[in-house]
Amino acid sequence: METYLGEKQQASQWSPYINNGGSCLAVAGEDFAVIASDTRMSLGYSIKTRYSTKYLKITEKCSIVSSGMQADIFTLHKVLKSRAQIYEQKHGKPMSTDAVAKLVSRLLYYRRFFPYYTFNIVAGIDDEGVGCVFSYDAIGTLERVKYSASGSGSSLIEPVLDNQVALKNRNDIKKEDYKLTKENAIDLVKDAITSAGERDIYTGDFVEISIIDINGTHEDKFELRFD
Amino acid sequence: MFTLGSVLDNELKSSVEDFSFETEFSTNQLMLPNIEKPFEFAQSIISLEKDLDENDNQPMFHQQKKEERKERALIKGSKGTTTLAFIYEKGTVVAVDSRATSGQYIASQSVQKVVPVNQYMLGTLAGGAADCQFFLGHLGRICNLYELRNNEKISVAAASKLLNNILYSYRNYGLSVGSMICGYDTRGPQLYYIDSDGSRLKNSLFSVGSGSPFAYGVLDAGYRWDLSKEDAIDLGRRAICAATFKDSYSGGTVKVYHIDENGWVKISDDDASELWYRYEEKEKKNK
Repeated sequence: METYLGEKQQASQWSPYINNGGSCLAVAGEDFAVIASDTRMSLGYSIKTRYSTKYLKITEKCSIVSSGMQADIFTLHKVLKSRAQIYEQKHGKPMSTDAVAKLVSRLLYYRRFFPYYTFNIVAGIDDEGVGCVFSYDAIGTLERVKYSASGSGSSLIEPVLDNQVALKNRNDIKKEDYKLTKENAIDLVKDAITSAGERDIYTGDFVEISIIDINGTHEDKFELRFD
Repeated sequence: MFTLGSVLDNELKSSVEDFSFETEFSTNQLMLPNIEKPFEFAQSIISLEKDLDENDNQPMFHQQKKEERKERALIKGSKGTTTLAFIYEKGTVVAVDSRATSGQYIASQSVQKVVPVNQYMLGTLAGGAADCQFFLGHLGRICNLYELRNNEKISVAAASKLLNNILYSYRNYGLSVGSMICGYDTRGPQLYYIDSDGSRLKNSLFSVGSGSPFAYGVLDAGYRWDLSKEDAIDLGRRAICAATFKDSYSGGTVKVYHIDENGWVKISDDDASELWYRYEEKEKKNK
């Protein structure tokens, strides 16, 4: 509809995307990685379900968590799982974490013109046994980092991780003296996502946390606030 | 008969989807949604529009609409920010910052904005991070294949031309790539600027990104062809430092690389704010 000024008024256009909320984070240590996500699926002001998994174990050494639109998360995880299986059957060994990270980046960029509305984090152990975390944007920008958070609570969690894992803006601890142990990392991840649940309406219900080290993956679940 | 275009298409095909399971899984190019204006849709979903705007001369309300669309766009892709490169007597200097922003949130302070194409060529990343990463990685693959097929190193001019042709075929798709291909070949140090609009420019110095005006100020003032290696590296570092100081979209760390006939080498990686204080201290001492 054109007004006399030539301005086009846009009627509210249908969008194929919705945001189902949720937060995810991952922290890498020297020889382990911890990855966690909440399980609440929201739509606007309602909670659609309290348990909808955002986590996928790809190999014994690598997992992915995603936040954003649940339908795209489900499809991306489905495609990723089948590609990992194909790789294992073709090459006779499971995919390495670096290969998984690159594959996720390609799968996301393949949909450059109709993206998956997902914000992913891949975490695991690389070929040398060192913990690694890879973070992505919606179209597949790949970056290897020591920690990452994504989703609706990411802006609440990320500063905590900046301060506690990377020791930024701290005057009390020297970087050389500090080593992140597995127990500290697990506690930190639990506390961070619990705090996000306190202040973010889309984060809550349950948390699926998984610890990946040289012996494999250990999965756990605990409760957050239901309100 | 293979034309150059179809060879590249084939390579792009096979590199995007590495296996083919009959027609169900096989792909031709990057997937396009089956609607009547796919690129407009893509551009409305992802806000990655570059800073330089063709609509700059249009009346205010058109510009406002564009800003609103940018805000409404659901997915804010990571944008790259200040990169620069220049050639001089002894080689090529490349300096970049490392901040990536999605909207007003700093997505990362540690992005790798320099992507090695091969041992003597570097590509820089500015604009859409995913686009640059993908196409520069693809360029690296093509250059490797060229070397294997022709038993000689590819020239910077040829590599930049290959990338330029690919990006021209994706013109108006909403990609955002503002990359510089920097290297050292038989013709000496070379520098080309490649754009997602399809431009390919050759010059002795370039700066790309939102912080480029600030970097140009320092760079243009200090640039000479006969700089010493130490001075050239320091010039690049100071120019990026100035850009990170004034531009909110630039920051993180300042990385400097040097390319000569032996290949590329990473010279330094300094935190941007610490670097600023170091230069301030130096100025005070000199006074």
